[in-house]
Amino acid sequence: MNADAGLSHGLAKDDPGLRARIEDFLYLEAGLLDEWRIEEWFAMFAEGATYEVPPTGDGSETDPATSLFYIADDYVRLRERITRLTKKEAHSEFPRSRQRHMISNVRITGMTGGVADVTANFVTYRAKRGVVDTYYGKHVYRIDCAVQPWKIKAKRSILDMDMLYPGKLTIII
Amino acid sequence: MDTLLNPLPHSLSGMVVEDRDRHLFRVARRAFTDDAVLEEERSNIFDRCWLYVGHSSEITNNCDFITRPVGGRELIFNRDRAGVVHAFLNTCPHRGSMVVREKKGNALAFRCFYHGWSFNVNGRFASRFDEGNYGKEHYGGGCADLAQVPRLESYRDFWFVNFDRNAMSLSDYLAGAKEYIDLVADQTEAGMEIVGAGQQYVINANWKLLAENSIDAFHGFPVHSTYFDYLKNIGSLRMESGNSDFTARGMTSLGNGHAVIEYASPWGRPIARWVPSWGEEKRELVERLRQGLVQRFGQERGIRIAETSRNMLIFPNLVINDIMAITVRTFMPDAPNRMTVSAWALGARGEDEELRKLRLFNFLEFLGPGGFATPDDQEAMENCQRGYKNLREVGWNDISKGMPRVGPPMNDDEEQMRCFWRQWRDRMADRTAGGK
Repeated sequence: MNADAGLSHGLAKDDPGLRARIEDFLYLEAGLLDEWRIEEWFAMFAEGATYEVPPTGDGSETDPATSLFYIADDYVRLRERITRLTKKEAHSEFPRSRQRHMISNVRITGMTGGVADVTANFVTYRAKRGVVDTYYGKHVYRIDCAVQPWKIKAKRSILDMDMLYPGKLTIII
Repeated sequence: MDTLLNPLPHSLSGMVVEDRDRHLFRVARRAFTDDAVLEEERSNIFDRCWLYVGHSSEITNNCDFITRPVGGRELIFNRDRAGVVHAFLNTCPHRGSMVVREKKGNALAFRCFYHGWSFNVNGRFASRFDEGNYGKEHYGGGCADLAQVPRLESYRDFWFVNFDRNAMSLSDYLAGAKEYIDLVADQTEAGMEIVGAGQQYVINANWKLLAENSIDAFHGFPVHSTYFDYLKNIGSLRMESGNSDFTARGMTSLGNGHAVIEYASPWGRPIARWVPSWGEEKRELVERLRQGLVQRFGQERGIRIAETSRNMLIFPNLVINDIMAITVRTFMPDAPNRMTVSAWALGARGEDEELRKLRLFNFLEFLGPGGFATPDDQEAMENCQRGYKNLREVGWNDISKGMPRVGPPMNDDEEQMRCFWRQWRDRMADRTAGGK
């Protein structure tokens, strides 16, 4: 057993159902994205939340203020991203692609004041016109479990691909 | 003329047809789809033109190196112990393995892992094998050294290689583009730098579609309405001009197939054009930068650097777009219907932290695979590539916009693409003329 597993186990002892509930929360999120219910997806975010996709590479570039990210949305830019994606003039997603979001290896890495730090592995498939794009990596979440309903305070999707083979990052992975 | 156009021209030069009297300019769609065309492009264009390899700021210190593909080769771009810049072909002279496998680093020597041949960072063979392994001749004539690219030259920290030993100088090749590189390089006295590792991505379209798209103002509003909506919604759209050159609406042919379009910026520019969404506290800082440019270069050139947006293509595959941020972008075909793009953000060295952040956000909001604009460009290019499946019946692109115009071309005409295509035609038609 490694240290992380021990931490997770310790939290689980305090609240045996916590990881299962967090998994349910992430599955709900994935399901909304699969179905293009992106405005409902956005409603899962707390005001002031961030959504980021750092550059591919060795993982050393972690600050959007000093490195060029693929996506570094504050709450306003994220809202605008969603608004844009609902328009027919977001040409890269018209007609809309089909997507499927897979989540696994969910781990609670920290818990402070009812706010959980969570990591999860992901694979997201995007299909359009006979081309299947695959995005994979790790999500890092900060989830406020002290409010009802729970809200995402931060989501960072770290890609493990060494370059962006699909070319576009127009869907929410 | 139309009735004379064969949908499937066989000669390369016949793929570009210009009729100045009738104001018609046509390009055969086969030029975007044919393996044989790509083969000719490799030998007539990519083997003979100056190709961008990197920026000085990417190898700041002695012994810094980066590796990257350029012109279909694998290169090492580095600085040796004395600070001299080199570009080597990344292949061991022994049995061919790529010698350097990291993307970047700092090293006193390069060592091929396969059999242990080693090289100084100036390329010289450095292994010490026991006597009897190799004869004296073995080390003669540089045969055991890393091979340098035939030509490596730079202009204002932008480094280029040429695989044609007899090519004209970089300075002659860049021709009128130098003035516009100056407008970027002069933005700060401290010099410009590449920020971070940049973006690498694939577009399933012919490389020439991106050459066209990068300097195409005609598509701006139809394709990017959602981006302009976004700017408007957040208070980053500022059309009024003050003392700017808001009337700038030009296109300039820069020679050798290079061209630039210029226009008044509707967006903020961290180098000295403020927009309300940045807040009042940045306004003063930006105004100071602006005044600094005016002091250094006078009112006209200072304001031109601060205000005006420019999209420039340096033939065949370097884009320097000085717009809401500065992108340096190069692309190389992997196949007729597929290219790999490398794009970097360029910023002022020692720039104010907040302005650096705005620069990066400006970049990723528009540019790159996760932006609000570039993905729609990609969609347009990939859509063109698919449309070319109909080329047996509909075989030609029209690039005639603005041909009847009296006076200088406008930035949303298509004269800048015609500059590209004339150069393409001439280089594809005349091997001996290429690069000379």
